[in-house]
Amino acid sequence: MDDIILEMRGITKTFPGVKALENVNLKVRRGDIHAICGENGAGKSTLMKVLSGVYPFGSYDGDVRYEGNECRFHGIHDSEKVGIVIIHQELALVPMLSIAENMFLGNEQASAGVIDWNRTRRRAAELLRKVGLREDPDTLITNIGTGKQQLVEIAKALAKDVKLLILDEPTASLSEKDSQALLDLLLEFKTQGLTSIMISHKLNEIKRIADQITVIRDGQSIETMDKADITEDRIVTSMVGRTLENRYPTRTPNIGETIFEVKNWSVYHPQHPERQVIKGINLHVKKGEVVGIAGLMGAGRTELAMSVFGRSYGVNVTGEVFLHGKPADTSTVHRAVASGLAYATEDRKVFGLNLIDHIKHNVTIANLPGVSSSGVIDDMGELKVANDYRKRTNIRSSSVYQITGNLSGGNQQKVVLSKWLFANPDVLILDEPTRGIDVGAKYEIYTIINKLAGEGKGILVISSEMPELLGICDRIYVLNEGRIVGELAADEASQEKIMRAIVRGEEKAAS
Amino acid sequence: MSTEATTATVDASRASARDAMMSNLREYGLVLALIAIMIFFQLTSSPQFQGWLGASMKDGWFAHLSFGDAISGIYPALRDGILFKPVNLTNVVLQNSYIIVMALGMLLVIVAGHIDLSVGSVAGFIGAVAAVLMVRYGLNPLVAALVSIGVGAVIGGAQGYFIAYMKIPSFIVTLAGMLVFKGLLLWLLGGESVGPFPTEFQMLSAGFIPDVIGPWTIVAPTLNAAGNPMPNTGLVLHSTTMLIGVLIIVAMLYFALRSRRDRESHGYEAEPFAFFILKNLVMGGIILFLMYKFATYKGLPNVLIVMGILIALFVFITKRMTFGRRVFAMGGNVKAAALSGINTERLTFYIFVIMGMLAALAGLIYTARLNQATPKAGAGMELDVIAAVFVGGASAMGGVGEVAGAVIGAFIMGVMNNGMSLLSINIDWQQVIKGLVLLGAVAFDLYNKKKA
Repeated sequence: MDDIILEMRGITKTFPGVKALENVNLKVRRGDIHAICGENGAGKSTLMKVLSGVYPFGSYDGDVRYEGNECRFHGIHDSEKVGIVIIHQELALVPMLSIAENMFLGNEQASAGVIDWNRTRRRAAELLRKVGLREDPDTLITNIGTGKQQLVEIAKALAKDVKLLILDEPTASLSEKDSQALLDLLLEFKTQGLTSIMISHKLNEIKRIADQITVIRDGQSIETMDKADITEDRIVTSMVGRTLENRYPTRTPNIGETIFEVKNWSVYHPQHPERQVIKGINLHVKKGEVVGIAGLMGAGRTELAMSVFGRSYGVNVTGEVFLHGKPADTSTVHRAVASGLAYATEDRKVFGLNLIDHIKHNVTIANLPGVSSSGVIDDMGELKVANDYRKRTNIRSSSVYQITGNLSGGNQQKVVLSKWLFANPDVLILDEPTRGIDVGAKYEIYTIINKLAGEGKGILVISSEMPELLGICDRIYVLNEGRIVGELAADEASQEKIMRAIVRGEEKAAS
Repeated sequence: MSTEATTATVDASRASARDAMMSNLREYGLVLALIAIMIFFQLTSSPQFQGWLGASMKDGWFAHLSFGDAISGIYPALRDGILFKPVNLTNVVLQNSYIIVMALGMLLVIVAGHIDLSVGSVAGFIGAVAAVLMVRYGLNPLVAALVSIGVGAVIGGAQGYFIAYMKIPSFIVTLAGMLVFKGLLLWLLGGESVGPFPTEFQMLSAGFIPDVIGPWTIVAPTLNAAGNPMPNTGLVLHSTTMLIGVLIIVAMLYFALRSRRDRESHGYEAEPFAFFILKNLVMGGIILFLMYKFATYKGLPNVLIVMGILIALFVFITKRMTFGRRVFAMGGNVKAAALSGINTERLTFYIFVIMGMLAALAGLIYTARLNQATPKAGAGMELDVIAAVFVGGASAMGGVGEVAGAVIGAFIMGVMNNGMSLLSINIDWQQVIKGLVLLGAVAFDLYNKKKA
């Protein structure tokens, strides 16, 4: 008989008009790392919100049994009291407060409302050691990277005497190295008897650390497999409900002359102008070519792209940009777009979309002159454009009048792509185009990329997922510490070679 | 098989009728609220109600309570209430015109995610500038008005520069502006009132459009011994006003039908035809009723024409022009807007220039109405303007708001002012009630949105 710490039975949750969960069952054994996977919008996060009391008892059907008792949580407070702590994908840290203050937020080390700072710092330091984070507890959150912030979140959970830790896509915004460290940490906690539930898209990670996997599809629990039965193919099949022969659509490259060139590009940090973030980079993209930029988090990939795109990042930017062999003025976003450049951001919610407006307005905003004459918008023309692109990029929505904030991640990404396709650029820079979106939607995005390359556009793809770059690119630049440390053709590239280039670059920088 | 299909279609159409009604109810909720408030004050300002109230206060609350009397009293009270009397309606328009003019600019400011606390002071200051130019220096009223609006643009531009390019929060910049221009107003007038103005300038607020067609006598008024018409007799309409009313309705119907046809041809249709007809009939009826009221008095006030043109212009800017679209995009997500190639700094700058010009125009209207520039002009006006925009459904977070909403919001606050004065409610309680209405309106709006 297994020792079951958590059992969720027949969970059904309906929102007005949609059934988000239907009769979902989940059993988690004590001391396991239990992975939950499924496509975006499958209902994983909803299930976790039911578990943690974000959706209070009574707003769903079915029962939750934890440690053998039936639970009726009315808020996060109730679930935390019994040791269930959830770490959301969007980190809930206050940037201008210190690590220690964040760790004990709402759980202050205080007596009679007066904070005991010594105890706060001591306990914070203790817990930081436990998660292997070497930072002063007084450091402000804003001054540490995303990887370290994730560790602070975990330390914060430990401060609450966590028994069941839920992580919602913990490695989505982490570099390969930080992800590995995080996974090791979870394995270590496991040996100490902590039970974890991890929601993830990354199959290799799941395979590495999970003891059991439950797959959710379209709001239903499909199956639970044991470690011994786990294969990537089986998970994928179960997630999408069909066998996915190839995760990357095939393409016959038809590469022409050089269309885009960056020469001697240097950029300094906006807050610390003495720090050089990009150090004299040269790169080029040819017509019909898909070029990847690999590199760890913090290598300067986004900084490179955004500084080229209208100086949207950095200060003291120097260097030249050429489009079609002629020098191009990309000093403002408007001019960059006008000269045929487009940049689809890695953070679509913060930088990409007006989340309170609908698809139609989001699609045309980068090219309003394309649907207007002398400043007056042609309503019906705009509607036609939006409908066209909705069809072309296969955005799943009730109509183009759906608010983009209510779309799933994959569909939001397609709206961002549509916006830039309508601006009709010659060169597209796609920054993490498939971050946080499911296998099926990824395939669709790759197909769009291939189609654009087929039309003779130059595509530059920035990605943290090496298999993705290897799967879709013709050529890959490896970026490290603001320098290009390697350039590999698709047929000779491999994950190992990319990593080796990065390490070699680091050695060079160190020596 | 076929029965099943028919049932499904019937269900779908019924659902869409209900959907249309619900979405329209939300959309026209403000209009309905305004109408309800107007009817309430029409009833309570009637001599019948006032008589009942007086008697009840004397004899006790239960002495004159009768359901039958209440029902039979509704019609006479509706007929004889003061609120809808043409002279009072005209007054409501004149009293609120400058608030509405500024609310148009404030809507852009608030949708863009900013605020402007200086508009009251700027309006007061510009009124003084115009007064000094016309009264002390004898400048031509039209030239003086244009110079004043130019000064307003410069003031707006100066504040806009600090907000857009120096990135100082608008709250701080315009708070400073509020103090600065309040002070400059006092300095310019030297603590005295300046007036009166040339008649041409007074006409901006006190004038009515000329009846180019000539009066339309429906019932000839009784003449007195001297051969002059006696007041409150007969029915003579200002025919130009009636004609304008009819033209507005025709234009409204034309545009509504065209947009409906456009949408249908693209496969989008939400509201059933009967609903469309009903909606336009009601709107048309309201316009005709108001025009009729104006026509029985002196016709349309000049300032209403100015307001009407500005309102139409701002509806067009926000709904159909790239400028307006960019303002909404910026308010919704300023970073995404900037990365989409929108020059957010320049856009912010222009929004404040427009706000400055409208504040100047409002200042002119206000001063012309008082027929003198006073050191206290404009004090606290910014709060009425901001309240109007929020009552009208704009979001304090930016990105959400409508011109029509702001205008109706201003009228709701204006009619409350007027109605409470008619009931001789003291100014202290008027403030309390207005504050609660503002809070209630926004709370109700948020509650509705949450439910939807």
